[in-house]
Amino acid sequence: MTELITSPGSLYDPDHALLARDAYVNESVYEQELDRIFRRGWMFVGHESQVAKPNDFFVSRMGTDSVILTRNAQGRVHVLLNSCRHKGMRVCRYDEGNARRFQCPYHAWTYSTDGSLVEAPGQLVGLQQYKEAYEGKLDKVEWGLIQARSAIYKGLVFATWDPEAPEFAEQLGDMIVYMDALLDGRDGSPGGSEAVGGVLKWRINSNWKAATENFIGDPLHGVSHRSVEMVGIGPTGSAAVSRSGIKDPSADMIDVSFPRWGHGVFGVEPSIVPADSDVYPHFQVPVGPADVPDVVDRWHREAAKKRAAALEGTMSVEWPLIVGGLFPNMAFHTTFPRTIAVFHPVAPGVCEAWRWLLVDKGSPKEVRDLARHHFLRYSGPAGMTEQDDMENWSYLTAASRGTQARRHPYNYQARLYADGPTRELHEGRTSGGNGTEGSIRSYYRAWSRHMAAESWEEYNAMADREMADMDEA
Amino acid sequence: MISDAYAYSEQPRRLGAPHDLKRVLLQHRVEEFLYYEADLLDQWRYREWLELTTDDIRYWMPLRRNVKFGEWDRERSAELEELAWMDEGRPTLERRVEQLMTGIHWAAEPLSRISHMVTNVRVSEQPEGGEVTVRSRFLVYRNHLEDEETILIGKREDVLRPHGDSYQLARRAVFLDQSVLLTKNLTFLF
Repeated sequence: MTELITSPGSLYDPDHALLARDAYVNESVYEQELDRIFRRGWMFVGHESQVAKPNDFFVSRMGTDSVILTRNAQGRVHVLLNSCRHKGMRVCRYDEGNARRFQCPYHAWTYSTDGSLVEAPGQLVGLQQYKEAYEGKLDKVEWGLIQARSAIYKGLVFATWDPEAPEFAEQLGDMIVYMDALLDGRDGSPGGSEAVGGVLKWRINSNWKAATENFIGDPLHGVSHRSVEMVGIGPTGSAAVSRSGIKDPSADMIDVSFPRWGHGVFGVEPSIVPADSDVYPHFQVPVGPADVPDVVDRWHREAAKKRAAALEGTMSVEWPLIVGGLFPNMAFHTTFPRTIAVFHPVAPGVCEAWRWLLVDKGSPKEVRDLARHHFLRYSGPAGMTEQDDMENWSYLTAASRGTQARRHPYNYQARLYADGPTRELHEGRTSGGNGTEGSIRSYYRAWSRHMAAESWEEYNAMADREMADMDEA
Repeated sequence: MISDAYAYSEQPRRLGAPHDLKRVLLQHRVEEFLYYEADLLDQWRYREWLELTTDDIRYWMPLRRNVKFGEWDRERSAELEELAWMDEGRPTLERRVEQLMTGIHWAAEPLSRISHMVTNVRVSEQPEGGEVTVRSRFLVYRNHLEDEETILIGKREDVLRPHGDSYQLARRAVFLDQSVLLTKNLTFLF
């Protein structure tokens, strides 16, 4: 096995779409991922609504690091490494709250983001015996909490440690059209989502990528969810759709990959939205639309009408029915459930999943209640749909550890040969195929580039070459 | 004063005198109900377990959070407002049970070996209607496939409604003593 891991950048064979299982189970590969992917990439850390008021904070994670997402007294959002600069102690040990400063419980090094007190966010503002022990010479700016670069898109806060990382917006590219389907109001108004209180957090004995790639573009795992379909509330919601008599858009879902960055989605293709657009949310209620209270049904119908009017003539996703993921470890569903998931690495065979639910700010209680109930029976550890995914991710990780099993690569060849020529869809590519593993292939190409590259510069050079090759092909 | 979140319901009360026979019988009746229920759950007799619940049952299992001393109202997620591990009524409980009975619910297939242990049972009679509030501790052990082990410990607060010569479960709140859930799924009920 050692020969495989001397070159982690070559664990994925793009010509045959094969991934060495060391990518999931090998400790050195994992260590290199932490360094090259989780220190380098943009990661989702939280929703602005979680830190709505000045001094609110929410403790999040970037890779294996604990970080504090906080809004300072002036209203600016910052992401700080949650580790005291003195001895490394965690300076904030709460999940969320409101604090004007963060004081280390060990030696009382105290940090603030308040712009009226500090030159740099996270700067030291208090230190025991500053004069006696340090003769007043310790530089309070230099020894402040480490700050990550952050970027906000329609309420979502992303951060990276790498000063060389391309701007978040550049890296998002035309993936933005799918993020908008997640983040815009149900009536098509830009932004305006908020996170429902509480984040589901739980451990899965699975490699973090097994979970992520499932959302990036795995349209073929229907058998995983057969039991929940049988009782009528499965992910396709087919029972509810057929009873409702509305058009079932799931047949139009295609796979779109963003090969330069590794993002991917499975969803309805963006198109010029027609004047007679008749979209209606894809309810997956236990016993059909009859269970949807009138007020909720009306709210969604009206929102859908407004959305159609707002989007008419624009290049948009008519049906916001999308599952997708942003490289490296964020996944989302744009509607029912409208959620974000992040799969944090804990060890090669362990990840910690965090899951948020989004709703329109100011939407009626009944609308939020239906979304919340649906989410809780669909997603997360008690989710009737996702429980079966997690069983697969954890036991495939376990089974891949076998000394014989780990010699045989994972196969991502679905429609590798059968797909017609890919066509460009904005910056994305699609083969138009429903049932391809194309997005996962593009995800592992990006993963391989990161694992091989020493820096973003090298990554970009490799990506340029690959994109040029793709254009030629 | 420590808030409800840590007291997990009302403040602990000493149930002093009268230690009369009526109380002893009540305690016994309630414990019999809880142990019967645990037997059904451990034997995956979930359809029979459903018969022990009222049509209007609420089954709620909030998240738990690490919060600053004194901010205990945020220690567990707010009922009917925030996310929870479970927040169910009868219709979804019925579908959970049906899913377990499909034989292809992979998270539970092959069926795990599970033991529910119920202790520290304390009963308070409600002033009217004969309902009782029952607080207890649980320890649930699960062994799945070969070596997968889960131990979950916490508190329950139930409302039992008289039904025939026993009770039906009208409400259950489950307060798991974990913030990050240290197991991959909750395929079973507490």
